[in-house]
Amino acid sequence: MNGILRLAYKLLVNDRTKFAALIVGITFAVFLMVQMLSMFAGILGRSSATVLNIGASMWVMDPGVQTVQSSIGMPDYVLDAVRSIQGVAFAVPFYSGGALVKLADGTYQSVTVLGLDDTSLFGRPPLVAGQIEDLYAENAFVVLKDPEYRKLQNPGIGTEFQINDHRGVVVGLARAASAGLFGIPTLYTTYSRVLQYLPTPRFTISYVLVEPKSPADVAHIKQDVEALGYLALTQEEFIDRISTFYKYQTGVGTNILIMTVMSFLVGLSVSAQTFYTFVLENLERFGALKAIGTRSRDLILMILFQAAFTALTGYGLGVGLCALLITAAKLRLPSYASTITYWNLAAAFVMVLVIAAVSSYMGVRKVLRVEPFDIFRS
Amino acid sequence: MPAAAVTATQVVKWFGEGEARTTALRGVNLDAYFGEMLYIVGPSGSGKTTLLSVVSGILRPNEGGVVVDGCDIWRLGTDKLADFRLRKIGFVFQDFHLFPRLTTAENVAIPLILRRTHWDDAMAQAIKYLEVVGLHARADVPPVKLSGGEQQRVAIARAIAGQPDILIMDEPTASLDGDTGHAILGFVREHLLTEQRCILIVTHDSRIYEFATRILRMEDGRLMSVEKGRAA
Repeated sequence: MNGILRLAYKLLVNDRTKFAALIVGITFAVFLMVQMLSMFAGILGRSSATVLNIGASMWVMDPGVQTVQSSIGMPDYVLDAVRSIQGVAFAVPFYSGGALVKLADGTYQSVTVLGLDDTSLFGRPPLVAGQIEDLYAENAFVVLKDPEYRKLQNPGIGTEFQINDHRGVVVGLARAASAGLFGIPTLYTTYSRVLQYLPTPRFTISYVLVEPKSPADVAHIKQDVEALGYLALTQEEFIDRISTFYKYQTGVGTNILIMTVMSFLVGLSVSAQTFYTFVLENLERFGALKAIGTRSRDLILMILFQAAFTALTGYGLGVGLCALLITAAKLRLPSYASTITYWNLAAAFVMVLVIAAVSSYMGVRKVLRVEPFDIFRS
Repeated sequence: MPAAAVTATQVVKWFGEGEARTTALRGVNLDAYFGEMLYIVGPSGSGKTTLLSVVSGILRPNEGGVVVDGCDIWRLGTDKLADFRLRKIGFVFQDFHLFPRLTTAENVAIPLILRRTHWDDAMAQAIKYLEVVGLHARADVPPVKLSGGEQQRVAIARAIAGQPDILIMDEPTASLDGDTGHAILGFVREHLLTEQRCILIVTHDSRIYEFATRILRMEDGRLMSVEKGRAA
């Protein structure tokens, strides 16, 4: 390490109380920022769980749909019309709705029921137990083995339950790519059985799942669907639409943004103030260094290094602490929606850099203004 | 005749403006030579410290010029002047200004580190300078655990670590008891004063006058009289 930086490092860390206060301040701020952002990322990720689990390339829906759960039924002719669009390899109906399951002990549990196309079972999940063709058996359902699975009292193959006063039998357990947001279990069955078991409005198709022949067909499929008065979105566009809804139309995004900004401001004020105090306490010695012959750029380098070192150490500890807490929380609460993403880390990193920049700016200003002559006068 | 280490010509320095203006130096002329230990003495507020600051390149005068070892220092830019101080001048401050969070050796090594000397080499040299002042056994101790006299010696070791041609000491006995101050100045005179070095000391402690090769008295911003040695 460069001698001047090593000197700055020793001046910083050897003042253990001040250094600890700085590290705790930044660690706490980073922890809060990453925690808030991770919670938001977790919520957004889970809000699109069905879209990810089904895995269709394109989704056709009513233009009023904002989330998978808020589907608006479409008439059957839409399915036929979409199938006739040039460039569509295949299109299948898909149902998404809610129901009540009566469990063996007589209690009721809300569930999400997804109805897959009878012919192709397109969108079927990978099974961890049972055979997918058993879904064609009488009263057959596949249960998604996600964190909500235990709310159905951990059913196995052959477990029976009641759904809307119909008999249901578990024929398979499926693995989920992503768990849902609303904390309720998910059942898969065939599209026709959904219509048979659940009360349905006049229009029954929630979504039409489309596979284009090639990516080049996506644009004109969207145009042709729009001409029908409906909306066709790619998987990514649908996920974005859902995210936008939660960010801007539910208050979730705004509240979490406010909490994140508050965490940033708390971190900024605590760290900047502590660092400034650290500089003030060493001001005479910085003045002595100037008198001895330290160039201004070396003093700036020392202060920037001290601020950056503190910020990066606090950042690492904050992220580590957050990861530890989220992991521990998920062990106790499997449905805890919190995910640390690279974007979260990058956002927190930028905020930490701002904290370091503001702290060092205040310190640098003070040190550059100190007159070595004052050292003599003292 | 020894070579001039410091030449100050018609130096004027004032602080503040308008009615609040206070003139600290009123056309001071000073010559200090290599091989001498020059004291500047006088009452508080007479301008001693201001003069020391001006001739060491820390405080820019309003008028006049200062030549140190042949260099007109106030014509240098800020960074070059800082480099000049680092290479040519060693400072011993009144309150020492040692870093309490660093070890004694690290404090002494600071001028060497600022000169981009490798850390390990700087530490090795610092130990050598601590040997000179008799404190090498306390190299790993922070200065706060040393007595006032020991801290003064550490400050001296730091000042000479860069092997400066000019050594400037501001009230070197102000924080010390009489015996310690006497011992320190005796040490400076005996070990640090060479033909290639000029030592400038500001003091009003008459108990250490005996170590000076020359004494100049300042009063009211002017150098008034020569109290010992050759004429200025």
